[in-house]
Amino acid sequence: MSARRLESGGRIDRTTPISFTWDDKSLSGFRGDTLASALMANNQRVLGRSFKYHRPRGIMSAGVEESGAIVTIGRGNRTDPNIKATMQELYDGLEARGQNAWPNVRRDIGAVSGLFSRFFSAGFYYKTFMGLPPFEWGRGTGLWMQYEKLIRKAAGMGAASREADPDCYDHAHGFCDVLVVGAGPAGLNAAVTAAEAGRDVLLVEQDFELGGDFLNQPGPEAETRRLSLIAAAEKAGVQIMTRTTAFGLYDNGTAGLLERVSDHLPAPAAHQPRQRFWTVRAGATILATGALERSVAFGNNDRPGVMTVSAARTYLNRYGILPGERIVVATNNDSAHVTSDELAMAGAQVVLADARSDVARRDRISVRSGVAPLQVLGGASVSGVKLAQHRDGAWRRAETESCDLLLVSGGWSPVVNLLSHRGAKPVWNAENACFLPGPTDEAVFAAGSAAGIWNVDACEASGIAVTKTAFGESATLPEPGGWQAPIKPLYEVRLPDTKPKAFVDPQHDVTSVDVRLAHQEGFVSVEHMKRYTTLGMATDQGKMGNIIGLALMAEALGKDIPEVGTTRFRPPYTPVAIGALAGRNVQGHFKPLRRTPLHDWKLKEGAIMTDAGLWHRPWYFARSGETITEAYIREATTVRETVGICDVSSLGKIAVQGPDAGEFLNRIYVNGFGKLAIGKARYGIMLRDDGMVMDDGTTWRLADNDFLMTTTTTNAGKVMVWLEELLQTRWPDLRVHVTSVSDQWGGAAVAGPQSRAVIADCLEGAAIISDEALPFMGVASARLKGDIPCLIARISFSGELAYEVYVPAGYGVAMMDLLWGAAEPVGGCLYGLEALGALRIEKGHVTGAELDGRMTLDDAGLGKMASSKKPFIGNVLRQRPELTRADRPQLVGIFPKDRSQAFNGGALLSVPGEDTGHGEGWVTAVTHSPALGHWIGLGYIVGGHAAWAGKPVIATDPVRKGDVEVEIVSPHMYDPKGERMYG
Amino acid sequence: MIRISCPFCGPRDHSEFSYGGDGSITYPALDAPMQEWHDAVFLRENICGVQIETWQHVNGCRMWLLVERDTMTHEIHSVRSAHPGMAAALGAEQ
Amino acid sequence: MTRFTAWNVFWQGMTGQKGWTRQWRDPEPKSHYDVIVVGGGLHGLATAYYLSKNHGMKNIAVLEKGWLGGGNAGRNTTIVRSNYGRPGNREFYEHSLKLWENLSHELNYNVMFSQRSHIALLHSPAAIDAASRNYNTMRRTGAPDAEIWGLDQLKKTVPHLNYAPDARFPIMGAAVQKRAGTARHDAVAWGYARAADSRGVDIIQNCAVTGVIRDGGKVTALETSRGKITAGKVAFAVAGNTSRLWQMAGLGRLPIESHKLQAFVSEPLKPLLDQVVVFGVGGAHFYISQSDKGGMVFGGDLDWYKSYAQRGNLPMVQDVAEAAMSVLPCLGRVRLLRHWSGVMDMSMDGSHFICKTPLDNLYLNAGWNYGGFKASPASGWYLADLIANDRPHKMIENFDLKRFERGLQIDERGAGPDPKLHG
Repeated sequence: MSARRLESGGRIDRTTPISFTWDDKSLSGFRGDTLASALMANNQRVLGRSFKYHRPRGIMSAGVEESGAIVTIGRGNRTDPNIKATMQELYDGLEARGQNAWPNVRRDIGAVSGLFSRFFSAGFYYKTFMGLPPFEWGRGTGLWMQYEKLIRKAAGMGAASREADPDCYDHAHGFCDVLVVGAGPAGLNAAVTAAEAGRDVLLVEQDFELGGDFLNQPGPEAETRRLSLIAAAEKAGVQIMTRTTAFGLYDNGTAGLLERVSDHLPAPAAHQPRQRFWTVRAGATILATGALERSVAFGNNDRPGVMTVSAARTYLNRYGILPGERIVVATNNDSAHVTSDELAMAGAQVVLADARSDVARRDRISVRSGVAPLQVLGGASVSGVKLAQHRDGAWRRAETESCDLLLVSGGWSPVVNLLSHRGAKPVWNAENACFLPGPTDEAVFAAGSAAGIWNVDACEASGIAVTKTAFGESATLPEPGGWQAPIKPLYEVRLPDTKPKAFVDPQHDVTSVDVRLAHQEGFVSVEHMKRYTTLGMATDQGKMGNIIGLALMAEALGKDIPEVGTTRFRPPYTPVAIGALAGRNVQGHFKPLRRTPLHDWKLKEGAIMTDAGLWHRPWYFARSGETITEAYIREATTVRETVGICDVSSLGKIAVQGPDAGEFLNRIYVNGFGKLAIGKARYGIMLRDDGMVMDDGTTWRLADNDFLMTTTTTNAGKVMVWLEELLQTRWPDLRVHVTSVSDQWGGAAVAGPQSRAVIADCLEGAAIISDEALPFMGVASARLKGDIPCLIARISFSGELAYEVYVPAGYGVAMMDLLWGAAEPVGGCLYGLEALGALRIEKGHVTGAELDGRMTLDDAGLGKMASSKKPFIGNVLRQRPELTRADRPQLVGIFPKDRSQAFNGGALLSVPGEDTGHGEGWVTAVTHSPALGHWIGLGYIVGGHAAWAGKPVIATDPVRKGDVEVEIVSPHMYDPKGERMYG
Repeated sequence: MIRISCPFCGPRDHSEFSYGGDGSITYPALDAPMQEWHDAVFLRENICGVQIETWQHVNGCRMWLLVERDTMTHEIHSVRSAHPGMAAALGAEQ
Repeated sequence: MTRFTAWNVFWQGMTGQKGWTRQWRDPEPKSHYDVIVVGGGLHGLATAYYLSKNHGMKNIAVLEKGWLGGGNAGRNTTIVRSNYGRPGNREFYEHSLKLWENLSHELNYNVMFSQRSHIALLHSPAAIDAASRNYNTMRRTGAPDAEIWGLDQLKKTVPHLNYAPDARFPIMGAAVQKRAGTARHDAVAWGYARAADSRGVDIIQNCAVTGVIRDGGKVTALETSRGKITAGKVAFAVAGNTSRLWQMAGLGRLPIESHKLQAFVSEPLKPLLDQVVVFGVGGAHFYISQSDKGGMVFGGDLDWYKSYAQRGNLPMVQDVAEAAMSVLPCLGRVRLLRHWSGVMDMSMDGSHFICKTPLDNLYLNAGWNYGGFKASPASGWYLADLIANDRPHKMIENFDLKRFERGLQIDERGAGPDPKLHG
């Protein structure tokens, strides 16, 4: 191939030259070029190396189906591998380079693998690399994994950067009556028709210019028509998006679009995303997605200098490039004829080799009837082509034509991919030798060449008619086809009993021999053929090769193509950057952080935060030089001795209101709430339907019909959903309303002997918090200084005299200032989750570590809470036999035998000397107990404290720490009688 | 994207909703026999085709809905409030 | 059958590949089989193989309504591991992993089981403790490869994860199973099919079961799209269709709900990730590995609603992409090539069933949630054992349909009887 840019013609802007590099060589093109057209204009032939055999590859097409010119662009953290040069707009400074080759695509050492290609047939890797050659001796995976290392290095295409992607991506949403995909002759007409009928229309085009096939036509007529349609579309209010691919159709009229906002620029402008991922909900979708020209399988059909006929037309008319000087155009259909004429007019010497017989003479062209390409001559470029003639039921050798470019048209395949996403099976049309869009009940319609209509005028008419039928109006749909002479189906040319290197899927190096071998080995279903040979699994998803593969399999089976079937196309139509799918929901916006009203206040006070679900909660408040252990021990000690303050705002808070609220709570909690006095709180446990513990927390009765329920932080959302479900679906007769008020209240636990004094200091009137006025489990509403309304409940998680104080969220900071202002002077502290954990472990209070969704009330030692006077959720199924066995694990406390030792949460509890099996139990949580002066833990062990008291037990943690001998004690390890909280 | 017409909010993406489960289950009384509870909690018709199921408009009006949906095609045939009183008030077919 | 060896690859290369024959026959169904396994997926094919291999049974057929391996066998993300914690699951998956380790040799088919390590990232001390409990159990039950890694070791092994201290969920460590990895999913189906076929098993494709003929408490025959076939024993191994067949047999409801799970693959790339990496925190769930061909293979959670459609929806595509970016920020420019979905039979506790049924000679293999791929060898092994001996092996005695009545829920996630919450 010796391509050259013509002096004039094409749609490129010759006044704006653009410089770019190819394998570090500076080249130039023009605005309006793709990387492929610019490389072609610079007569660059070998642009890629194939996947398996490292065969040299050049430009094969001018579009999304490209299987040869696949390159890497960009540098560093903006490296983009596997870019189809045919789809990449040229921009100033674009850096492109070859991939899957060393040292470069022109001279690639990897090409030696081609010498062994006879062994690398389809699926050969399933037959070896298991053990020691030649007979695969051995066991296990050791040898395979050695082979695998080499295979993985050789496989893959381009190399991705390991650095974080510096660009950002947007998500956007759209709604329209009609989504038109493709802005060619059919799509433009469809959009205009729909918009003029008053519909809200979105027209998307993957190209950077509108027009589709109009852009490939020479002369002013097509351009005039194109411009007038665009003008009409704009006038009618069509919303037009270029550089936008509808990559997938989803349920209920939803489409996924990818808008390439700045891929045609050196880098996105500061305000711009690189790409934008659109979710569009359309009332109807019109697919004017065009058709792709396919090749034919014959010897060396993958050589640089072999491309589709329509690609040559595009390069000639759109980019002003004569892609070859001596051109053989091989076709089996009419579509190639006009291109032949145009190439000849542009100065090329053209031989038209038409596989059909009796093809009429054409001016300037040497026409050969009844011949087809058999074998391409040349290596890194085409030097000629051996032709074949079909006689007596077989192909026979014919003459050789010398040429520098071979153009092939094996027919056209309508782009049915998007309908295939919807599960609509394409239907074979024998007359036109192609699959047409299959029937669907959904409001998705195909128009133009996507519906198998070949000539431009009919495509325009199709766009109009299909749109009308989409609205339920009557219209005459043009029939598929439109060529003067019928196509002669042609998928493969080879002499009998030969095995040429004829590529069916050039990107994956799948040859016709591979397809036949798949047949020979029984991989006859199309999906088996696809998976065994990898045909159609490359980055083009078989846009060019699938039908040839089907045809070869059909021939081998002696069936027709439709009997063989088709594989289903999967979204996306063209590959989509994962960054675009993630959009802005990355880094800090990934699962957005929840902050309590006291978040910033705590940070100001030195909180070291830790993840608690989606929240950040204080882990500990380190004073200078303290380790986390020192900090939490100090904090817990301070709570036991003086007072500590802890943010509890993240607890779930649900207002349960209505005349039947008491009854409702009775049903969802294991213990009774109906008779809870106003101004009292009660600890409650709720079970799931299956009888396992779901959540716990205190619920406060504020008024006759008004309860405030608290839940754990983790389960706040789940419990709310659960209550809503029960009220709306199971017990609609209950007059109860639930409202999440989690975010409406900010809360602090104030715990320790001095807590009453601290709070009293902050109140407008201290009397309300006296022991008489507010006894244990009492609830009162009061005013903090500054007339801040608050709720105070005397409840204790730490086991100390303690209160929870809630204020409307906006007063949170004011409350903390007050409380801390009172607590700090008396030697109080702020405490975090680590100290909270220490305090509750000492007391044997359970949290999520103990209530992990697999434990019953009895397991957790809470069985006595269950009311026998009323039914409640989970009460029936919790009594199933396995759940009431005496040998179930039960909650226990754990001390190290040698009190100076520590042990770990997650350790297993086991009998000494037994080092296999699941053990007798496990440790759920540990802490250094400031009160007891040594490490303690909570855990579960079969039979509980009673079964193991005084017996040796090992806490075994082989993955971290090893064994520690422990004692099983009651879970109530500190103040077992609970006297302190009454203080 | 499935589009669900919430009777309170209008058509919305299914990502605003959360799927509950089989909407044909009638949960037994709280003190019903164990077998009844077992069957309601653990057994499913698992229909391939049109089924009644519950969804909650969790990022919308928070209402639980009864949705008639084809589990093969995802086509939705009807949506009504799961709360019979609400459904009646909205005039949905019962 | 030509043995698969390097020698034969060489020799066939020299002689035009003429000696390779069908990897399995395409027989016409006989009128009677001693055992019919319904479902030509991994579990069904493995069952047929082990029925013949381990139990010397003959006259076995596998019926497949489409093409073998066409269900979840070819739709999964190919991860093989045994890091389960519950009694029963732990031992079962460990046995499965041991079978995997020699499967290529056993079947004389390279299933490309690559023990490249399974790395589950941990983000909090509580998560490290919870993982340690499972991994300690593994150590004590035949998995010396279970390890808990600190940050240093993790950074050395996988340097390009998101270690930013201000990451949304900073990484604190990882639970690692070194013998875990990935396998070539299609090859497993083909390997079992070829091996079973060579032992005389009839693998009958395009043969849909349309009816189950019963004589009281026994199955006597199956109506199929290729005629009626009588059977001595019948087993169902039909993930995604279990409830339909169960109802065809007149057996009513099952503790199973069918959901769809999506899977994703990127364009092929030069080696970017040498391990299986799993990320699960803050309600996100994500797992990724790189195939030998170079594609990044990844997935996440179910689409969250019941479905028999083998196609995915956008919200979960976005969720998975977000998680991908969170754990491996270099994936931003890596491009998604295909996404698809499979139908998962989700059980009420997240664990499976291999058990006898209310019918004397009908056996069930079902409810694999989305863990069925790695289970295939052991699943076939124990279902075959059950069919041959008509009593459950100790390994599977709790994986029956009555376990919920007894109060046994083998619930790895502690999620309760909501099928969509299991994994």
